[in-house]
Amino acid sequence: MDINILTVFILAVFVGVEIITKVPPTLHTPLMSGSNAISGIAIVGAIISTKIGGEVGSWLGFAAVIFATVNVVGGFMVTDRMLKMFKKK
Amino acid sequence: MNIENALYVLSSVLFIFGIKRLSHPKTARSGNSIASMGMLIAIVTTLLANSNISIELVAIGIIIGAIIGAFFAIRVEMTQMPQMVAIFNGFGGIASALIAAAEFLNPGDILSTFSLATISLSVFVGTLTFTGSFIAFGKLQGFVSGQPIVFPGQQFLNALIGISILGLSVYITTAPDQINIFYILIALSALIGIALTIPIGGADMPVVISLLNSYSGIAASSTGFVLNNNALIISGALVGASGLILTNIMCKGMNRSLANVIFGAVGLDQGPSPDGEAKQINIKSYSTEEAAMIFDAAEKIIVVPGYGLAVAQAQHAVREVADFLSKKGKTVLYAIHPVAGRMPGHMNVLLAEANIPYDQLKDLDEVNNEFEDCDVALVLGANDVVNPAARHDSSSPIYGMPILDVDKSQTVIINKRTMNTGFAGVQNELFGYDNSIMVFGDAKDMLQQLLKDLKEL
Repeated sequence: MDINILTVFILAVFVGVEIITKVPPTLHTPLMSGSNAISGIAIVGAIISTKIGGEVGSWLGFAAVIFATVNVVGGFMVTDRMLKMFKKK
Repeated sequence: MNIENALYVLSSVLFIFGIKRLSHPKTARSGNSIASMGMLIAIVTTLLANSNISIELVAIGIIIGAIIGAFFAIRVEMTQMPQMVAIFNGFGGIASALIAAAEFLNPGDILSTFSLATISLSVFVGTLTFTGSFIAFGKLQGFVSGQPIVFPGQQFLNALIGISILGLSVYITTAPDQINIFYILIALSALIGIALTIPIGGADMPVVISLLNSYSGIAASSTGFVLNNNALIISGALVGASGLILTNIMCKGMNRSLANVIFGAVGLDQGPSPDGEAKQINIKSYSTEEAAMIFDAAEKIIVVPGYGLAVAQAQHAVREVADFLSKKGKTVLYAIHPVAGRMPGHMNVLLAEANIPYDQLKDLDEVNNEFEDCDVALVLGANDVVNPAARHDSSSPIYGMPILDVDKSQTVIINKRTMNTGFAGVQNELFGYDNSIMVFGDAKDMLQQLLKDLKEL
């Protein structure tokens, strides 16, 4: 089972390398802010951590929900704001 | 359960498609929307699939986070994007660390050795990313000195902390009830994040931000291992790979190894170098009026923006000058060095903000043979990236760094505020070349004056 998730991880790294090397330097800043947003996927784990009866853990989960949401909302919004500005002549 | 996993896979696929569309400015915006759809699916799936979560805490947390995130996203200036990305890297890191800590502290769960190991990893990488990003943010914002901070025994201390962290992590996997050890692990991780970032100079920030970006992905991925969740593992891996690739590109742009950037403390003011003082260079300083006449006679102009342009917020002023010159039938291009500015692609975003079409922005490789038949290269607040010493002077700290060959143009007009050296601490021999002309002043003021003078010709 642990091998399964390790496989998923390794394959995902390969896919990542493959698609990210195709991003042109012009878009490297939006790539970074966009990947900020995607690393906000931690929100999934954060939500699970708020489980009822978890005491301290629930509050840590709550804090994690806040941080991860900042990343998700802020990241996608600012990336959109930037990409909107890239125009051809 | 199976539907849940399928939906997580779907959201991961949408992230991949989203990033794939970032391969061209035309499709990039839709790519971002696709990725945000993926995120929405992941969040809704999590809410529906877990019945024992505290909906109140989640709802309040999302509302608070969304308000803060939207505020940042709307208010941030494009010149401040490096700071924003730095702080967001930190938030990603701390979120992962908190989740792993929650998992560790939750009573009743019996954790396997594998879980404990991944918890330690998440907490370590996540906390390090958080404090490291905070220092990087401080350096960019200016409340922590942009100068490298070094002291004797620094490497030894870092090594000691590193070994302690490794030792404690191994110990935790055998003794999960040792909560105090866990807290010490967190404290040491926080400390090493700070210790590894303070010796890095301001000009090396593009590397640091990219690296911390990668760490935030690795933290998310290892949290995915803790929770056995594919969405986290895949997304974290994508972000980790992205950060690593950018780190690599930035290091190549400076011809330095990652180890040299992290441990080299380049940019440290070491006082006058023994032979440095001997190289006296004679510069020619022109007024904007004289510079305007040179522009008037030119056919092809290449603008080289650097961090100084961002500091002066001169992106709109440069576009106005470029527009005027283009209307007179001249060709205007922009040459962008990979490490210009404080993060990957920083200059491109600034110039895009000023409505400069992206097809005029040229990379190092694309543009370098254009200088041969270029009449005027206009260097705005860039220094080390145009220093010809990188090509021939093996004693120079920037020797071997790929540079923009502006010196091959007919005339090089260099705008700087003062004669201070660049961040690598080296005087630029380009300024003394026969075809070089200096125009001193703030980039924005200088460009506005230049435009006025051009109109009066």
